[in-house]
Amino acid sequence: MADLSVTLAGVRLKNPVIPASGTFGYGREFAEAYDLDILGSFSWKGTTRDPRPGNPQPRIAEVPSGMLNAVGLQNPGMEAVLREELPYIAGIFHGPVIANVCGFSLEEYAENCRALEDTEQVKILEVNISCPNVHAGGKNFGSDPQSAAAVTRAVRAATRKPVFMKLSPNVTDIAEIARACADEGADGLCLINTLLGMRIDLNTKRPLLANRTGGLSGPAVFPVALRMVWDVYEAVPKLPIIGCGGVSSAEDAAEMMLAGASAVEVGAANLRDPWACKTIIENLPAVCRRLGVEKLSDLTGGAHHG
Amino acid sequence: MKQGIFTLEQARQLTGDVWELRLSGDAAAIAAPGQFVNVELPGRFLRRPISVCDWTETGLILLVKEAGEGTKELVRLPAGTELDVLSGLGNGFDFSAAQEPAVLVGGGIGIAPLYGLAKRMLAAGREVKAVLGFRSKEDAFYLEEFAALGLEVRAASEDGSLGTRGFVTDVLKELPSCAYVLACGPTPMLRAVCALPQLSGGQFSFEARMACGFGACVGCTIETKQGLRRVCKDGPVFRKEDILWQTSL
Repeated sequence: MADLSVTLAGVRLKNPVIPASGTFGYGREFAEAYDLDILGSFSWKGTTRDPRPGNPQPRIAEVPSGMLNAVGLQNPGMEAVLREELPYIAGIFHGPVIANVCGFSLEEYAENCRALEDTEQVKILEVNISCPNVHAGGKNFGSDPQSAAAVTRAVRAATRKPVFMKLSPNVTDIAEIARACADEGADGLCLINTLLGMRIDLNTKRPLLANRTGGLSGPAVFPVALRMVWDVYEAVPKLPIIGCGGVSSAEDAAEMMLAGASAVEVGAANLRDPWACKTIIENLPAVCRRLGVEKLSDLTGGAHHG
Repeated sequence: MKQGIFTLEQARQLTGDVWELRLSGDAAAIAAPGQFVNVELPGRFLRRPISVCDWTETGLILLVKEAGEGTKELVRLPAGTELDVLSGLGNGFDFSAAQEPAVLVGGGIGIAPLYGLAKRMLAAGREVKAVLGFRSKEDAFYLEEFAALGLEVRAASEDGSLGTRGFVTDVLKELPSCAYVLACGPTPMLRAVCALPQLSGGQFSFEARMACGFGACVGCTIETKQGLRRVCKDGPVFRKEDILWQTSL
């Protein structure tokens, strides 16, 4: 029997499969479909300090091999998550939880991380730096190395938990951003967030999404995510990477790991098939056999060597 | 929510762009009229959410309007095609909460869930009538099927080629004793029906662009008097007193 376990900055996961933030809520809907304890971990919905209603409708559009979303970080706010969601999660999932935190200022990022410091079940903070910086004209924190470094520094000082920075692909050189995060003490990286895209409705001749643009996800982004994981692994080989973007099968997960990922997040696939993560986990042993490895974690970075 | 494979038994064209699809498969997860299924299509990433017109334990009927490429493909699939379907999604109509005499109000493809609703209300001995609106006689469908259930059916058409000339609201104004509606149709119709002064209450079924259809992605959130609600999971049927027409739609 293959060993599927992996380790992320000292946190052991029974397997590398993690539902991605924003596609899994706080676990409630999926707990009705299957036993969440089969999962390596799960990354909860991006949480801000204050409750956010998100963007106007419509927020969803289909594209070939994927989808666009412009949900706009709808979430109930950190206080409500700590009060209502975290105790509920404790009843449906008993493994390590990854808390995705967002912020619109350095102070908010730090505050959100501090708020999670005493939570037993949250083992990793995943810091989403795709939010616009309200103090700097709305440019995303993740769009330049200086801002990414500043957020990393702020959260690093605010928590003792491992900090994984979630990187945006909408940049000239993602490896440069990764290095900036590594230099400021990030414990790991998660990549990629969605790619900016849009559709226009030919009936109305207007953008289909009320927000005009949205984030592209699904199988369409898999090769882009894979290439970026490859580049970041070369740039900062010491930091564990969670590979995210279009992973839909155990084979995709293995490709991500060969490119350099220590674990994978599964996003849009959950929305098409609520049992996607379960199926991927069930198929991992067969992939290990096919690739001739006893320990799945031995795949990490394998495509870079030999 | 239940995932299952359904076989397309028959696709019958009802109008220029509306089809009746009969599917066989385990429909036991469907608990109430007004719930919907989410149908996976070959070569398409997102499923298509479609309200259930009628169902038995071993099959269901969907009325599908060709709205885009996906639905165009769906209605033209050959009989025998197997479809991956998530069934039993959303909260449907609760007719036990309806005051009598209740009126089912439908516009265009929105009449689909009202058929299964009428059938079950009649079986439960409830007094019910239907007001169905279409653009014209050419666009009308399922009138005979509704009538065959044995309830009073009144039609409206925008061009006057069928029933009352005008909208469903024009028919409802002729039925002042009807104070409770169970409605499904385009948003402007729902809004106009809800604004009728004769109405004391009602249940309204909404449409939205969805990704998952089971509450996870919050893509279809609307604002209600109860706060933010997901059309797919908390709806698609909402009560009159909870709807915020100004902001949510």
